[in-house]
Amino acid sequence: MTARIGIVGIGHTRFGNSSEYDLADVMAYAATDALIDAGILEQRREVDQVFVANMASGLFCHQSSVASSMVSKLDMEPVPAELIENGPASGASAVKIAYMAIASGMVDVALVVGGEIMRKISGWEATDVVATMLHPEAEYAMGLTLPSFGGMFARLYMDKYGCTERDLALVAVKDHDNGALNQYAHVQGTCTIEAIADGETAGVVNNYIAEPLRIYSTCPVTDGAAALVLVNMDSPKAKLFKKKPVRIAGVGSATDTHCVHNRKDPLRLDAVRIAGEKAYRMAGLTPGDISFAELHDAFTILELAISEEIGLFERGKSYLAVRKGETTIKGRLPINPSGGLKSKGHPVGATGVSQVVELVRQLRGEAEEGRQVRDPKYGMSVNFGGFGNNVVAIICAKD
Amino acid sequence: MAIDALELKLRPPELGLTPYPAKMITLASGEIMVVRECRREEVGVLLGTVYPLIGVAADYYDIVACRMYEELLGWYRYRTANEFVLVGAINGVIAGIVNSRSVDHKLGMSLHTLTIKRGLRVGAQLFAAKMENHIEYQGADEVYIVAESPNGWKRWMLEYSLEDRSSLYPAVRHELGGGPTFCLTRKLWDAVKASKCTGTRPVPPEILATANKLIMPTEYVQIPGFKR
Repeated sequence: MTARIGIVGIGHTRFGNSSEYDLADVMAYAATDALIDAGILEQRREVDQVFVANMASGLFCHQSSVASSMVSKLDMEPVPAELIENGPASGASAVKIAYMAIASGMVDVALVVGGEIMRKISGWEATDVVATMLHPEAEYAMGLTLPSFGGMFARLYMDKYGCTERDLALVAVKDHDNGALNQYAHVQGTCTIEAIADGETAGVVNNYIAEPLRIYSTCPVTDGAAALVLVNMDSPKAKLFKKKPVRIAGVGSATDTHCVHNRKDPLRLDAVRIAGEKAYRMAGLTPGDISFAELHDAFTILELAISEEIGLFERGKSYLAVRKGETTIKGRLPINPSGGLKSKGHPVGATGVSQVVELVRQLRGEAEEGRQVRDPKYGMSVNFGGFGNNVVAIICAKD
Repeated sequence: MAIDALELKLRPPELGLTPYPAKMITLASGEIMVVRECRREEVGVLLGTVYPLIGVAADYYDIVACRMYEELLGWYRYRTANEFVLVGAINGVIAGIVNSRSVDHKLGMSLHTLTIKRGLRVGAQLFAAKMENHIEYQGADEVYIVAESPNGWKRWMLEYSLEDRSSLYPAVRHELGGGPTFCLTRKLWDAVKASKCTGTRPVPPEILATANKLIMPTEYVQIPGFKR
């Protein structure tokens, strides 16, 4: 019998600039939040295992061994802790590994914390650090960065399917509308289509970052942390928790070629598709069952492409749904009700955990007024690492 | 009479600057920012806007605010030659201030850029407006620029690809503190102005009227819990 594993605690820092703080402190803050939410702050040593997701603390803030450091800050010794690094998909990978640990029977309660401090260094340097996940000789040494890949991908997509820069701006407007209402979002301000696409001054106000991607097509550089408490719902320890668990119904992950040029079609994100298929299969669901999704829109084009790969829209048609408002909070299929990476921010190691926190908030009905999805049953997240070469999809259910 | 005569001896010679025509920019938030030249009699509201930031160490606001405060006084009391002050105002509320001065008809000396409302590239727009004034309206061929913060370095030295003139020190030197002098030339400006500088002119009278009376901000993201 498959283990029933639920989320019983969530924690989140306000994303933004936490560069004056220690990374382990920021993660401990989110962890404490989750332990309080789970009602086990005083009994925190009941946690059997801590998994910490972080992409590059050594490069961003000259710090290592943050998992055990955080446990010590939480006064949780001797609970074991390990670090999980899988690029910007580290967060969802940690959730997946926590799930596996519980399913294996080794662990009944797991604390998963994802965190990153990226703003101790400049945005330019942070872009360089993130680019270290690219192929060293074939990509990084050629000057490629993630925004440049995003720009090339967007250009190909636009040429093939007829999507326009204005369509990308519509995604940003929608994400910022949601993020403006999210207490944890980095950018809590709206933007208008007139200002960033249609108006006379839009070309400079919304300047190019990597053509055709503009500043409002791109996520900010963000610090922050998020945390989850997972439990085997059938173990004796499940009785420790008062809140009704949000069940993890499906988990899937996949890897694609490291070098993008080795893919048969650079517009196909096979790892996203396969991760999504695995998650659907495990959950016994189809794309039509999904009530809302948190997708990895480090660039707005990725929200469109990922939504197509996981079957929420026909290939090349998602931007038409955005035009019709189908992905807004009140639309047929809300996407990124949190504001997504675009507005909420993208502290790389935290993002996958943060996405799942949002699934739980929505499924519990705890999102802020104005951005609560109406009566959701299943939420899906896709955490995307590299340029699509390591991807984790998670489906959560309100039983 | 004697006082007036002495005062005249203290005042620097003036070139007579060409007025800078107001423009408006729709910020990403959809808010309209009017960029216009300040009038001397507005110095009070400008000083009141700058003053709270003197105590903010983050991002070098303290240095920039202190120096701008002094420069605004110098402008108001006729102790700085050929200075101009531009303001960005949203519904009259000051979102940012820039100031600069002309050394002569061909050389501008960029002083400071102070962003009050952050996250909407207000400072970037106002800096571009300052350069626009020097080169397009005052006719300068070059503007000397220094950066006092990493943000300034990224925004001006890197994004404008400014010429590094620091090796020519002391023959070439900015007036502010002896920092490395960089230069925006007319050629560099022509290369970047389409992507850096924007604004709609003329500003419709009803929008211009919103910026006629400047208002001090009641909130500063730099100062949590600020109360005036």
